[in-house]
Amino acid sequence: MARTKTAFATLDSRSSRFVRIAGLLAAVAAAGGAAALYMEHEGHVVTGMNNQIVWGLPHVFAIFLIVAASGALNVASIASVFGRTVYKPLAPLSGLLAAALLAGGLAVLVLDLGRPDRLTVAMTHFNFRSIFAWNVLLYSGFFAIVGVYLWTMLDRRMNRWTSAAGTGAFVWRLVLTTGTGSIFGFLVARETYHSAVMAPLFIAMSLSFGTAAFTLVVSALYRIEGRPLGDAVLGRLARLQAIFVAAVLYFVVIQHLTVAYTARGGALEAYLLGGPYAPMFWFVQILAGTVAPLVLLLRPEFNRDRRNRLLAAGLVLLGGLAQVYVIVIGGQAWPLELFPGREVTSAAFDGTLGSYDPTPAEFLLGIGGVAVSLLIVAVACAALRFLPESLADAAVDPHHARADA
Amino acid sequence: MKDVKTPPSAEGRGDTVSRRSLLGAALAAVTLAPGITLYAGPAAAAADGAKRWGLLIDTTRCDSGCSACVTACGAEHGWSDAGRARPDQAPQWVRKVDVRDPATGRTASLPIMCQHCAKPPCVDVCPTGASFKRADGIVLVDRHICIGCRYCMMACPYKARSFVHEPVTGQRPGSPRGMGTVEACNLCVTRVDAGGRPVCVDACAGAGRSAILFGDLDDPGSAISRRIREVAPARIRDDLRLDTGVYYQGI
Repeated sequence: MARTKTAFATLDSRSSRFVRIAGLLAAVAAAGGAAALYMEHEGHVVTGMNNQIVWGLPHVFAIFLIVAASGALNVASIASVFGRTVYKPLAPLSGLLAAALLAGGLAVLVLDLGRPDRLTVAMTHFNFRSIFAWNVLLYSGFFAIVGVYLWTMLDRRMNRWTSAAGTGAFVWRLVLTTGTGSIFGFLVARETYHSAVMAPLFIAMSLSFGTAAFTLVVSALYRIEGRPLGDAVLGRLARLQAIFVAAVLYFVVIQHLTVAYTARGGALEAYLLGGPYAPMFWFVQILAGTVAPLVLLLRPEFNRDRRNRLLAAGLVLLGGLAQVYVIVIGGQAWPLELFPGREVTSAAFDGTLGSYDPTPAEFLLGIGGVAVSLLIVAVACAALRFLPESLADAAVDPHHARADA
Repeated sequence: MKDVKTPPSAEGRGDTVSRRSLLGAALAAVTLAPGITLYAGPAAAAADGAKRWGLLIDTTRCDSGCSACVTACGAEHGWSDAGRARPDQAPQWVRKVDVRDPATGRTASLPIMCQHCAKPPCVDVCPTGASFKRADGIVLVDRHICIGCRYCMMACPYKARSFVHEPVTGQRPGSPRGMGTVEACNLCVTRVDAGGRPVCVDACAGAGRSAILFGDLDDPGSAISRRIREVAPARIRDDLRLDTGVYYQGI
């Protein structure tokens, strides 16, 4: 087929624009590293975390990045597993972004440990009853399988294995996100989490966040050198994006209905929909992160403009970050119910909503992880030929070319 | 200095005792140089799998204004020493909780600590196996392999565990602690291994309440087993079927 001739080229790492962007990302990553050192030296006493909100803003960023990572592999999966060749030129970048987002997320997760110096302990002591330990294996395996997948795509001699490797990576990523969701879903004692819906909810979130991240990253990369970028690929991705946003909304609604239906869930639902985290839920997650993108992506008067699609992708990521915040922080703030139906008080905050005020150090660590991910992508694209020279419509879509002719 | 200084034998796992006791016998007093001893701790006693240590708390004897058990525990294990942690960050191995039934107005006051579950969720979720249960039912944290992920704190239904948020000073022998790791009531394992009782039990008796009874739940003839048969106490969140080792009378 003619289209297998797609020409790939590296980014010019000496261009002033590339240097500026990479320098900025490196600076933010370094600031995140400094914040981690500070937290490691002083202890978590300098964070907003406490014995009730034990996972704070760094976990929000880490989970957000890890969830987005598996979704960023979508484009490659669609090309290799479902045979949609129009996505094929972007499949290597999709694999790269997936691995980079996972690396950034894991960096934040590890640096927020109480003892990050004991990472080797986590790699050598496994309790196989722990879904956390399983995640360590799933994350490591993801790097390995995506690495092999990238190899089959970038090395012409290995091309015949691409479909098999892509299928393996696709299955693996579904299992991985199931594992991430189950970190919460398996928590029997916490009524804000204990639900089988957490796994499919996280899979839907990954599809949505990953697609949005990919859309923004590919647009940014093509802007750096002004390479041609048509609508054939991004237009299709925008339609997928709308479906994924709706899927996330579906699982969120199901989750709330399940809680609201039971008598004892009333107070919890009132808290979720009207408590201190409700403004973030309604205004950022639902309005900005769900309704607005759906309007921008589905209404014909908006969705033809590429800027609106990029805006929608940005809003999806903003809403996604808020959604993870509401799940992680809001879910922990709800007090454990030790004595159902009784009023409980203590000097140790029993029966009261947990409070959490994140500190700048936590934010820097989290945003540092984002910078690490983007820096990996930028450096890899300068070192290896991940990017097609042109993504003009005629180059990726023969039907489009014929229509033009 | 974050590393715990106490020899691990202080909270030895029952399943590694033979190796430990062998080491202990060999190294009990190897003096490398005057004043520098390689290993001087006593050989760990075997955690006896035929026993299941537990507590029975009589809430009818427990007074809302009394926190003798909390104070004694803090002093024994050194977790109440003032630092710069905020109140919600401060360690709390045991806490006093007041419970009120809005339907009847009945109130009760009781201490809540690690419930030493037979099926502890903290042990299930711990990625490295740092959370573990001894053969005699005492649930502990191995501070040497705890990575500080706090997943056990997410999983514990009783909010029994604390994260050490700041550098630790004034550690007590037998109570290893370290910044960045998770800790909880260890049922005064060193006292118990030496044939004693948890300090909260003594403190409660010293305060004239004697609301806490300690003993072997697996021995039908023990005082605690007999009292449990007699008064039919409750366990907190028994619906979760974790088979906790702490019973409460009068709630």
